[in-house]
Amino acid sequence: MSDTVIATHGLRKAYGAVTAVDGIDLDVRAGDVYGFLGANGSGKTTTVRMLLGLVLPTAGTVEVLGRPIPRAGREVLPRVGALIEGPAAYPHLSASANLSLMDAAGPGGARRGRGQRIAEVLDQVGLGGVGKRQVRGFSLGMRQRLGLAGALLRRPDLLVLDEPTNGLDPQGIHEIRTLLLDLNRTGTTVFLSSHLLAEIEQLATRVGVLDRGRVVLQDDLATLTAPTGATVVRTPDPARAVRELGDRVLSAEGDRLVVRGSEPAEVNAVLVGAGVPVSGLALDRPTLEDVVLAAAAGSGDRVAA
Amino acid sequence: MIGVELRKLFRRPRTWITIALLNALPVLVAVLLKVTDLAPRPGEGPAFLSAVLTNGTLFPLAALAIVLPLFLPIAVAVVAGDAVAGEAQGGTLRYLLARPAGRTRLLVAKLVAVIAFVLVTVVVVAAVGYVVGTTLFEVQSLGATTGISGTSLTPQQVAGRTLLSIGYITVSMLGVAAFALFFSTLTDSPQLATLGALAVLIGSSLLFTLDAASDIAPYLPTRYWLSFVDFFRDPILWRNTARGLGLQAVYVVVLLGAAWANFTTKDVTS
Repeated sequence: MSDTVIATHGLRKAYGAVTAVDGIDLDVRAGDVYGFLGANGSGKTTTVRMLLGLVLPTAGTVEVLGRPIPRAGREVLPRVGALIEGPAAYPHLSASANLSLMDAAGPGGARRGRGQRIAEVLDQVGLGGVGKRQVRGFSLGMRQRLGLAGALLRRPDLLVLDEPTNGLDPQGIHEIRTLLLDLNRTGTTVFLSSHLLAEIEQLATRVGVLDRGRVVLQDDLATLTAPTGATVVRTPDPARAVRELGDRVLSAEGDRLVVRGSEPAEVNAVLVGAGVPVSGLALDRPTLEDVVLAAAAGSGDRVAA
Repeated sequence: MIGVELRKLFRRPRTWITIALLNALPVLVAVLLKVTDLAPRPGEGPAFLSAVLTNGTLFPLAALAIVLPLFLPIAVAVVAGDAVAGEAQGGTLRYLLARPAGRTRLLVAKLVAVIAFVLVTVVVVAAVGYVVGTTLFEVQSLGATTGISGTSLTPQQVAGRTLLSIGYITVSMLGVAAFALFFSTLTDSPQLATLGALAVLIGSSLLFTLDAASDIAPYLPTRYWLSFVDFFRDPILWRNTARGLGLQAVYVVVLLGAAWANFTTKDVTS
């Protein structure tokens, strides 16, 4: 497998006068959990569909697992598991009959051992007990699990998941998150599209942010949320602390001060030495939300200009 | 892929309900004829119906003639209209294509499944017609079936010509199927695709009755549907059935070409 799993160059999609995706260059590497963030209508789904050969680009190229899409789709897509804008199944058939039909509908799913693979993935997503039941009676969460089972059926090298925890309860979300992290640990690259910041923050190793059809940010999560070089201090006596620290205080809000200096211990020593009580100390890190909002707002200005 | 589509079609309860409903009308007609003993006079009512009271082996043809103008094309339009648009509406189209099933392969498999449906339906109507006809009506045992031209046909000839008719009716329905399948690639609503195909048929049937439209009549998709009656003339009159086959072939090739061109270049956003 090549090191780059998804690469797009100048990828653009216009529907008539509306440009849904405007020249994006994605770079997803083997072993990533890539969080693809964007508001509804930012072009996430169109991008996901172009990666899978469902929507044909107006301009630019897509490469998945080192081969061009849609041209090499027949060769590449059997190694990709996908959940696209919610699950879908034939309601009058059972969960395992649905998986069996989908598996038989394309290359790379050998008939031999199909039953075994289906039983395994149903267990894996927690539907082991209802494989023979008609999908008609499934809840939204069960359908979502079935969709995930379909994506995992051929042990793919790449998972492309659009809002995979939609419709799940908190326990279900936790379960799926654990499952995805396990799969990632055993070598599966995960491309996770979501508008839920918290979900991406908990799962992703790399993040791409889409805003109005453009990628405004693409970097490692660790870099994006790296310490800012400041220290956050909590104290019951902020007025005295401000007096002691002088112009090192970057901002003060209630009992919370942001102080220049990347060594919390040093800041603590200064305050304690002066007899100022300290109730909390931490390195200042931006949250993913701060980063995303700043990036998206910036792009808003660019579009206006 | 073809196996997958056939499994989907014939494991779907709706398919069998449709076929059962299609058989209901001919069976009802047979029962009414039996009870009242009032057959339409020759030349009136559906083809062959006037003859079934004296020869039950002609009832499969009467049954086909009964469902041919409306019931059969509706059933075909429903199944073919659902082919692609139904998958789009249910959301399964995106998963089939991302599997990847291949757009051309999927379309071919859908077409084969629709043809299989037409064939099974026509054969079942004929078979049920045979059982009903031979149980309820007299069967002339020794080669005395009277054909449309007034000459006698042996039972072997009747059987052979019935098979020809089944084949001819199946091909006639492929034109409807091609319209519905083409519309099915244009829209995400199976109902719309079905209604589109039915609108074409109703339009065609209406124009056929209009003298002002006589110049285009030979090109209407429903023009030669009932020409299978010609198989029971002695000798068989091939002219209209041959034209019918040719006309259906042109419709099928053009419409499937359009369906293919549209489907393989389309953005799947359903």
